[in-house]
Amino acid sequence: MEKIVKGKAFVYGANIDTDQIYPGRFLDLTDPKDVGKHAMEGADPGFRQEFKPGDIIVASTNFGCGSSREHAAVTLKAVGVGVVLADSFGRIFYRNAINLGIPLVVCCGIANHVKKNDILTVDITGGKVINETTGVTHESQALTGYAMNILENGGIKSLIKSQYGQ
Amino acid sequence: MMHAIEKILAKAAGLVSITAGEIINCKVDLAGINDLYLQTIRSFYEMGGKRVHDPKKLVVFLDHYAPASTIAQADNQKQFREFCWNQGIDLLMDIDQGVCHQIIADKGLAHPGMVVVVTDSHTTTHGAFGAFGTGVGATDLAIIMMTGQLWFRVPEIIRINLEGKIPKGIYAKDIILDVIGKVGADFAVYKGVEIAGSVLKELSIADRMTICNMTTEMGAKTCYIQPDEITFSYLREKAIDNYEIFTTDSDFQYAADLTFDVSDLKPQIAAPHSVDNVSSIAEFIGTPINQAYLGSCTNGRVEDLAIAATILKGKKIHSRTRFIIVPASKNVLLEAINKGYVQTLIEAGATFVTPGCASCLGTHEGLLASGETCITATNRNFPGRMGSTKANIYLASPAAVAAAALEGKIVDPSGYLD
Repeated sequence: MEKIVKGKAFVYGANIDTDQIYPGRFLDLTDPKDVGKHAMEGADPGFRQEFKPGDIIVASTNFGCGSSREHAAVTLKAVGVGVVLADSFGRIFYRNAINLGIPLVVCCGIANHVKKNDILTVDITGGKVINETTGVTHESQALTGYAMNILENGGIKSLIKSQYGQ
Repeated sequence: MMHAIEKILAKAAGLVSITAGEIINCKVDLAGINDLYLQTIRSFYEMGGKRVHDPKKLVVFLDHYAPASTIAQADNQKQFREFCWNQGIDLLMDIDQGVCHQIIADKGLAHPGMVVVVTDSHTTTHGAFGAFGTGVGATDLAIIMMTGQLWFRVPEIIRINLEGKIPKGIYAKDIILDVIGKVGADFAVYKGVEIAGSVLKELSIADRMTICNMTTEMGAKTCYIQPDEITFSYLREKAIDNYEIFTTDSDFQYAADLTFDVSDLKPQIAAPHSVDNVSSIAEFIGTPINQAYLGSCTNGRVEDLAIAATILKGKKIHSRTRFIIVPASKNVLLEAINKGYVQTLIEAGATFVTPGCASCLGTHEGLLASGETCITATNRNFPGRMGSTKANIYLASPAAVAAAALEGKIVDPSGYLD
């Protein structure tokens, strides 16, 4: 996985729940390509047109709260989210995203310091977010431990497959 | 000095002692898969799975799409049925059964001391039975299907003490909405919550399920109520005797220890669009209601339908309001029929739909149009949760929902039960 991610910021507020990331009425879709068509539809209907692979989602507290739907992580993976920065994450979403290989980085207050379309460079393991547009560097929590182990193995599926594949 | 939750997890991990923050691998006693998440089966095969680790510990719930309203939903359910038949999973809860958490309660599948994991965020509900219950996504559940285990980070534990005496006309939903409003939607993220205090003596199993269920809306990983006489009475009724009670050491250090006095509590309401946007219902009196909704794993039990039937007996709902009722399970529906609640509520103008999750999560059976307002006894009022992102959803108790259906607007439900 890329440990340094550079991309354009898409900025949101607090409590962006999984219904906003992926509305419930599309849960019967199962192909990731189809799931990707509805990314962030409840929070930002223009997201799909503007977001490019490698771009970055920035939010305040509790990003991904709510439902256990893995579709919320699948849809962000399908559009190629480089990293999500937030004060905190809903815990099931956190597991789902890390399991699929999407880096989530805790960076307190970041949504107050970044505007939409700012260019950010995120050092995922180094604990640093540089806002290239404003020139300001913010401290983040370095991703380490078991979550990093999953990411470095390309997600939990390949990790489990290598250990338990029947 | 360990908490009961930690002792449950330690035993499941084969360890003597564990501490908050540690990553451990736990054996799972009951794992549930919901029909929304065909990805569970996909991930199982993607990881090289062939046969499930233990079909007796797996249960499949066809609840969110009961019955299928699109061909895609029907196809997903078909694949689940075939998977169960092929893998020898006998606990297939088909579309006649209801919502996963209520089925678990009805059938007595969650016991004290068990580790219960379901692909549904409201699995915290099973703290009402002294179990460790937590929700996960599809791929995590697929790992349990393959290995019988899953990794967990041992959570810090917060204690919420409920003290005082519950006033007349105040329900479990009012109590937990008040707590969530005060602490916030992210208060307990990654943490376990224990509900304690003298008020527990007044809370039935149904009330406890409502409260444990809603701790998900403050971010909780799990919720726990120390089993007591009320729990043991439920266990005897279900003829459950194979369980282990764990107790918290007296010197255990909680990450936070909060006390709420319920004695002066007024009916509560969570206004759009966040569960922690809570105030006294008095603030919203007169707000016109297009749809009232009673149901879900939060408040779709017989006790909840009884409250609605008491309020609506011999009356008619407002002509500009519709009232959708979704019993949480087949057992709930049968009992409500036997007790006459269904007759009373249909005569009053209610619309009954199939036991299941229905439009609580905006998939089918009662979606909201743009500009409409709904009062619901469910668990989430996120934008678009029950249909259009331009609809407004208010969360409240079953009494507040039934009274609003009657009047066509939000009212204080106190006094409607006399």
